[in-house]
Amino acid sequence: MARREVVVETRNLSMHFGGVRAVDNVDFELREKELRCLIGPNGAGKSTFFKCLTGQLRPTSGDVVIRDIIMTGRESHEIASLGVGIKTQVPNLFDGLTAVENLWLSSRRWHGDRRANTLVKETIDRLELGEIRSSIVGSLAHGQRQMVELGMVVAAEPWLVLLDEPAAGMTEEETFKTAELVREINKTSALIVVEHDMNFIRAISDIVTLFHQGSIFMEDKMDVISADPNAREIYLGHKT
Amino acid sequence: MRLYGTFNGTLVIAGLAIVFTLIAPSIFQFFTIITLTQVIGLSILALSLALVWGFGGILCFGQSAFFGIGAYAYSVAAVNIGGSTGSILIAILAAAVFAAILGYFVFYGKVSDVYLAVITLTVSLILYSLMRRTSGPEYKIGNALLGGFNGTGSAPLNMPGDGSAMLFPMQTFYVSMAILVIAYVFTGWLVTTKFGRVCVSIRENEVRTELLGYDTRLYKLCLFSISAGIAGLGGVLFCVGVTRVTPDVFSLGQSALAIIWVIVGGRMTLIGPILATFVLYFLTSSLGSQQILNANLVLGIILVVFVLLVPNGVVPTIMNWFERRRTKRYERQKERRMKLRKHRAIG
Ligand SMILES: Nc1ncnc2c1ncn2[C@@H]1O[C@H](COP(=O)(O)OP(=O)(O)OP(=O)(O)O)[C@@H](O)[C@H]1O
Ligand SMILES: [Mg+2]
Repeated sequence: MARREVVVETRNLSMHFGGVRAVDNVDFELREKELRCLIGPNGAGKSTFFKCLTGQLRPTSGDVVIRDIIMTGRESHEIASLGVGIKTQVPNLFDGLTAVENLWLSSRRWHGDRRANTLVKETIDRLELGEIRSSIVGSLAHGQRQMVELGMVVAAEPWLVLLDEPAAGMTEEETFKTAELVREINKTSALIVVEHDMNFIRAISDIVTLFHQGSIFMEDKMDVISADPNAREIYLGHKT
Repeated sequence: MRLYGTFNGTLVIAGLAIVFTLIAPSIFQFFTIITLTQVIGLSILALSLALVWGFGGILCFGQSAFFGIGAYAYSVAAVNIGGSTGSILIAILAAAVFAAILGYFVFYGKVSDVYLAVITLTVSLILYSLMRRTSGPEYKIGNALLGGFNGTGSAPLNMPGDGSAMLFPMQTFYVSMAILVIAYVFTGWLVTTKFGRVCVSIRENEVRTELLGYDTRLYKLCLFSISAGIAGLGGVLFCVGVTRVTPDVFSLGQSALAIIWVIVGGRMTLIGPILATFVLYFLTSSLGSQQILNANLVLGIILVVFVLLVPNGVVPTIMNWFERRRTKRYERQKERRMKLRKHRAIG
């Protein structure tokens, strides 16, 4: 099978905060239509890596390349404008607006008025957000807010999706729904998903990248990683 | 789409404004009609601040800077080119271009919101002291003397294309109201467009808007310039109403007043600040004619009361009240229907 094209690449990417090497010389590759999970203990540097990809942080050194364009240090909106859908770890919504308005703003960036409205309707059906469509999102429960954020990503139809802990704080049922959704998004887009929830990762994952102290410790299938004594040590060492 | 408002509401209010314009001459004294032109100018200033602050979330403490630039640009241009129509356009452009240059440094320099408020206020105060120093024959632009703290005369409006056909006060009032209605309908339309909605989303969460792929700096810059242009238009009507412009248009007091009007009227609406301008203007000017209560003291008390008790402003509070009543009535009706259905099912 021919290898698919590399769509996201980091070269020697580093992000230091004073003496803290949150991301340290990371070489990473994601290919077209790939679904990659990033795991690692708290403070491993996953979110920092994620923020370098999305332009929220300007890396100390190294490069971020998206579809052969060097995007290092570009503004977030320039990266998103390539067709990248982003969900950050901290909930990031328009709290004073309704769920529909939130989705519309995301979709309208890419589509004309009519298409945007259709996409918003479809997304609401697909994510079963009908009941909360006109609710102000600031007043919704955490899991529902997460769903609205996912909806914002879906409604824009991005070709590359970056999700930081999409299932955090969700009920089991919501987690399951999210895993399904992620797999469905993967039919048309490449994804990078940062997650802690092992069940969630098992449900969706193909290749998993394990971060440890700012570097990639291992990159393999989830079964292989769970069977590896060193990898288990990294997780267990931080769990207690 | 509740928070974005609807354009129909805007049109209804515009219709009411037209009715007001037609009956105003028969209910107000002639002198009041003359004063109204100034107040209309001030209310357009309030409208422009409601747009940039209420909808865009950009707290511009020195909105009167653009108001004053508009007033001065009009007065100077009218002397030089003779005629008000072109001068009005020059005034709007001058204010908008000035804001675009200032905004470029502020927004692209990623200055934080608090500093933005300070910077705009400072710019306004700098203009204030600069203009006060322009007394003497050497300070003139073309044929127009700037006149220092006495200011400079502002030509009345005239028929388009005929600089010598001055409008009468009553006609000036009609034209001013027409300009107010146009400015109001334009802003009301603007906030329902994609551009307006993205501006609201920036107010709600700038990082999120950025991550959706919108260049927030550009949106803010455009909104800032548009609102400055509207403020400049307000300045034109104000100086036409007063018949001259002095550096006081740039003063701290003028900037503060605009903010008070917006807070009292309700910063999430466009009509609220306009109405608040009219009401508070006539309230303070009627207080000004007696000696018992200091007008500024009363204004200060009103502001404090509003910030503490009606933080959303008058118009949004009234709108919420109506909405709540409507939903309550709707629910009661629903309940009654359900009961009826039960009855029938039993019977
Ligand atoms: N803005 C910052 N300033 C200083 N240090 C930071 C900053 N952001 C992150 N760090 C540090 O960088 C390291 C990596 O943090 P990061 O948030 O990337 O971890 P993470 O893998 O996402 O963890 P979690 O699973 O808890 O989300 C941590 O030691 C953190 O304290
Ligand atoms: Mg994280």
